[in-house]
Amino acid sequence: MDRLIQELPSFLSIWNIIFLLKAMGVTFLLSLIGCLVGFSLGTLLAIFRKTKSALLIPLRILIVIYTEIFRRIPFLVSLLLIFYIFQIGKITDSLFIIAIVTVCLIATAFISEIVRSGLESVSQTQWDAAKAMNFSYYETLKEVIFPQAWKVILPPAFSFFILFIKDTALASQIGVMELTFAGKVLNNKGFSPILVFGTVLILYFILSFPLDRFGKYMERKYATN
Amino acid sequence: MQQIEISDINAYYDDYHVLNNVSLSIDKGHIVSIIGPSGSGKSSLLKLLVGLLLPKSGTISISNKIINYTNKEHLNYARNKTAIVFQQYNLFQNMNVLKNVCIAPYKIQKRKKEEVEEQAIKLLDKVGLKNKLNSYPEELSGGQQQRVAIARALCLNPEILLLDEITSALDPELVKEVLDTIRDLASEGMTMLIVSHEMVFVKEVSNKVVFMDEGVIVDYDTPHNIFESPKHVRTADFVSTILR
Repeated sequence: MDRLIQELPSFLSIWNIIFLLKAMGVTFLLSLIGCLVGFSLGTLLAIFRKTKSALLIPLRILIVIYTEIFRRIPFLVSLLLIFYIFQIGKITDSLFIIAIVTVCLIATAFISEIVRSGLESVSQTQWDAAKAMNFSYYETLKEVIFPQAWKVILPPAFSFFILFIKDTALASQIGVMELTFAGKVLNNKGFSPILVFGTVLILYFILSFPLDRFGKYMERKYATN
Repeated sequence: MQQIEISDINAYYDDYHVLNNVSLSIDKGHIVSIIGPSGSGKSSLLKLLVGLLLPKSGTISISNKIINYTNKEHLNYARNKTAIVFQQYNLFQNMNVLKNVCIAPYKIQKRKKEEVEEQAIKLLDKVGLKNKLNSYPEELSGGQQQRVAIARALCLNPEILLLDEITSALDPELVKEVLDTIRDLASEGMTMLIVSHEMVFVKEVSNKVVFMDEGVIVDYDTPHNIFESPKHVRTADFVSTILR
């Protein structure tokens, strides 16, 4: 305890605070972009997967293959795979972009499956009633299906987002200076691991708590009749 | 004048041949009831007319227009002429009663919101549910939900009303309130195709009765002939069993 109190002033130096805030910004960006892209593309893929058109069969097969693969392989394996593909293909050297691409691919696959199960939870009779009244596919989704599916989609989607913020820590494995990596750096500089990772814990909490509250708000707003 | 002309229709659910060379003509303003055992293709015939089941062969003409159900414009035409009330009501669970009735006329038929709401309120009044405008389907009894579904179908201003076993999911005491609503509509001269197991009701309101079995139309005659002197043995068996 004495060591912690002793280290605190030097730990809270401007340089360290900026360093941690920058790393927190990287974690925030990885999470935010992953969640936004994952939610948008995942929803789109789920919608395509629910179509019946014969013309879209190849696309539906590709979507199934993609979601099943990326939901099943560990985050770290996906990250390393993308890292080496980008390295070998000389696509980019930016570790941040590699991490962003990976988190987007993973979030899209997971959210696509969450949205698909939400859409499946709405009874076929609702689709039939809308069709018989001449609703287009888009109008049926917008007016009838999604408003009923949110209550199935939102709770697991937000749980996933919160887990996802924590999973972005794995980006440190390819050298992205995110929050956990920043903690390791400060720990290696000699600061107490309790102090460093306690601070990192608080910063993760600061990132995930508003998202949790936002999720609860969205559930109250959209997931009830 | 014929309003619906169905000729040699064959339809399938995957490999199951649900409608087998079905032909049927229905005059404008007539009420035709379809009776028959479960799985005989009665509901499928109604689903066919609104494009929820696609025919494999044969032709369907509605108000003198042959409908190609794979053509979007034709499908829209068929769905604008018809409205269907389902056995399980199929009300949109995320909408209150008024919105359930107004949504399609307003959003799909692009009619004026005020005009649609006015009509919806009149229809809901007619079916005795004016005091439930803001209720959600889950807050209503089965009979009330079914009457909302009827109001919703009528608000589309269809020329043809299709009623698919609308009382079979209801408790006996709720059946009367729904049938009373249909009796009122029957007296207004709308073309109706009714799938029902309520034989007394069928006898009373129908101009003609279709008896179906195993996807085939076995008999198509007046209620008197179907119930009192059926031509086919299968019809006689069914009628005697159900009226026993």
